[in-house]
Amino acid sequence: MSLDLAGVTVRLRHGAALFPPLTLSVAAGEVVTVMGPSGIGKSMLLDALGGHLPRRFEMTGQVLLNGCDVTARPAEARRIGMLFQDAVLFPHLSVGDNLAFGLSQTVRGRAARLARIAAALDQAGLAGMEGRDPATLSGGQRARAALMRTLLADPLALLLDEPFSKLDAGLKEDMRRFTFAHIRDRGIPALMVTHDPVDAQAAAGPVIEMTGP
Amino acid sequence: MGAALHQVTTTGQDGRWLRGAVLAALLAGFVAPIAAGLWQTGRAAFGILPAIGARAPSLDAWHGLLAVPGLATAVRHSLVTGLCATILSLAIALGFSAVVHARMTAIQSARALAPFLAVPHAAMAIGLAFLLSPSGWIARAMAPLAGWEAPPGIASVNDALGLSLTLGLVVKELPFLLLVILAALTQIPVTRQMAAGRALGYGHGIVWAKVILPQVWPLIRLPVLVVLAYSLSVVDMAMILGPTNPPTLAVLLTRLFFAPDIQMLLPASAGALLQLGLVVLSFTGLLLAEATARHVGRWWLRRGGRGLSSEPILATMTALALILAALGALAILTLFLWSVAWRWPWPLLLPESWSMRAWMSAQSGFGRALSATLILAFATTALSLILAIAWLEGEDRYGGKRAGWAEALIYLPLLVPQIAFLFGLNLLFLKAGLTGGIGAAIWAQVLFVFPYVMITLSDPWRALDPRLDQAAAALGAGPWRRLFRIKLPVLLAPLATAAAIGVAVSVAQYLPTLFMGAGRIATLTTEAVTLSSASDRRITAVYASLQAALPFLAYSLAIALPAFLHRHRRDLRGGA
Repeated sequence: MSLDLAGVTVRLRHGAALFPPLTLSVAAGEVVTVMGPSGIGKSMLLDALGGHLPRRFEMTGQVLLNGCDVTARPAEARRIGMLFQDAVLFPHLSVGDNLAFGLSQTVRGRAARLARIAAALDQAGLAGMEGRDPATLSGGQRARAALMRTLLADPLALLLDEPFSKLDAGLKEDMRRFTFAHIRDRGIPALMVTHDPVDAQAAAGPVIEMTGP
Repeated sequence: MGAALHQVTTTGQDGRWLRGAVLAALLAGFVAPIAAGLWQTGRAAFGILPAIGARAPSLDAWHGLLAVPGLATAVRHSLVTGLCATILSLAIALGFSAVVHARMTAIQSARALAPFLAVPHAAMAIGLAFLLSPSGWIARAMAPLAGWEAPPGIASVNDALGLSLTLGLVVKELPFLLLVILAALTQIPVTRQMAAGRALGYGHGIVWAKVILPQVWPLIRLPVLVVLAYSLSVVDMAMILGPTNPPTLAVLLTRLFFAPDIQMLLPASAGALLQLGLVVLSFTGLLLAEATARHVGRWWLRRGGRGLSSEPILATMTALALILAALGALAILTLFLWSVAWRWPWPLLLPESWSMRAWMSAQSGFGRALSATLILAFATTALSLILAIAWLEGEDRYGGKRAGWAEALIYLPLLVPQIAFLFGLNLLFLKAGLTGGIGAAIWAQVLFVFPYVMITLSDPWRALDPRLDQAAAALGAGPWRRLFRIKLPVLLAPLATAAAIGVAVSVAQYLPTLFMGAGRIATLTTEAVTLSSASDRRITAVYASLQAALPFLAYSLAIALPAFLHRHRRDLRGGA
């Protein structure tokens, strides 16, 4: 699996580009870190790659997944997973149902689906928490549940938007190890935006410094 | 490699289609009929109404209108009660909100206001008439003190000055304006600005007037215009509480429209234009007052006067608001009491004997009215909700750009006096052979239900965390699945509130049901208004109680249902 960006940039409709065109290649299991000052459009870059760009912005360039151009596809058809600063679990669904929402439809049959969800929760140290209200989980538990939900959708690439910035110092270390291990194990190409140099170190991949246009 | 421009949100196409459909529905269903209705009314006002054989343009309709006895007084009644009610409710709402805002959250105050908003105008009017009449509770309570042996001979309801009508309007419009103001205040950092102002030596009330209100006004201008238009042209409340001979202009016109002599339709149409003129004139007056206030306000602000003594004004407004709330509550209570009272001689405060006979004997009648009311409420609310959801979802898919002009259109049915276009519309429907059916009544009510549903739903909808939608999309969920599995369930509480308001507005409709149902569709409201002039208080009380109970039930459900369904979902509890 690989994720390739070819001359990707974002601009306000009829405006100037937020940053110079970006061309890079992320290999399977690799985490590329994007750093740069606030307001330069790092999050906008991730939105563009994932297909979540607000309409007043537009993107130039191409996004390739395993060599296949997904630029024209809507977000839901790209199979690009996204992890936010907050876990963004769906507040009306139980933890189990949140994961069920994510779980790929290729897993068929009630029993098989439940088993996959139970296994994922187990991996995340959340065994038996299917029925819990996401609001009652701790910050770390929520982050792990969100990661599991994303992975169950079988993404071909992963985007991480400052995924550890809201966690306590102690949790951060655990969560980094947990997240990057899963990415490596599954061989998913990942792109991470962060302010924290420690994140970049832990990711142990190439670091890209974004500058203004 | 040529840089390819990509429409990243391809769902934008879908959104454009959805939005186009909603706009087309609005234009065809709202704007066109209102314009056509006004046009028909206008033609009839200048002598063209082929249905009754009037074909030549003339000013006869206007001469006829001027010849109607008491026209000038009717116009004065409308202006005095409408303007006084608007100014009073606005002043009290502005003063009271300064006090309430610091002590209650927006959700708490919305809950407290809900029962007052829920009660239909007609039911409130009937309750107030019972309460204020010489044989009502207030007079009974005062009897021992005043030494009255029998109900005093004072015209405390239907008084010639329109005081009771003004009071009734204020009781109903005050909660609406309060709700609107409190919602507007959530968009302003009131606490910090208040602290900054007070640190500069200004009193609480002065900061409110000089700093907060000028920011609130643009956000509430449109709802205030709605209240003004409504108060100037209200029919049901004016029939029950207003002056009788002559009544207000809107009531006078309704009588002319339904007069046995169909030639009266011409002067009635001219009168409908006059009614429209009164509203336009009052709007102009209000906007002129705004301009003046802005000018004078600047001068006042620049003088830098600290005037610490505004607290008495706030205290007065608070006291008035509480008295009005108490009157409203007593009015509704008195309705329920009368419906189960049997013997209730003067000056006892409670009935001597109780009976369900009024409920039993009215049953056959109210059964039909109740089912018609329920059908109308359900159909109009469902249609309005679907339309509002389609609109907001289209906006989301199109990329979240809000069309200001389209939003102004929503208010159109609330700003044009009902009587000015309903009559012309009725004529069009007659021609098309559509009048008198439940379909026409449903559609006419949606004109007024949809704006309120849309206004209620749009803020919570737009405040929904967009990342929920993005997260769902990133997990592979398409737009429809995101709508039905994520957005609508998360927004259940606001959806339920919007539905409850839809039911309340539908149940309260009088004139649209009357005109479009051609008098053949009897709802609780039309029956209650008709009965209010009849003699048996108990039967009237049954209808008015039911009329008040329906929206109240809807509001209770709107609070209870999401609370129950989300009882294990902490992040969704306590939402409005």
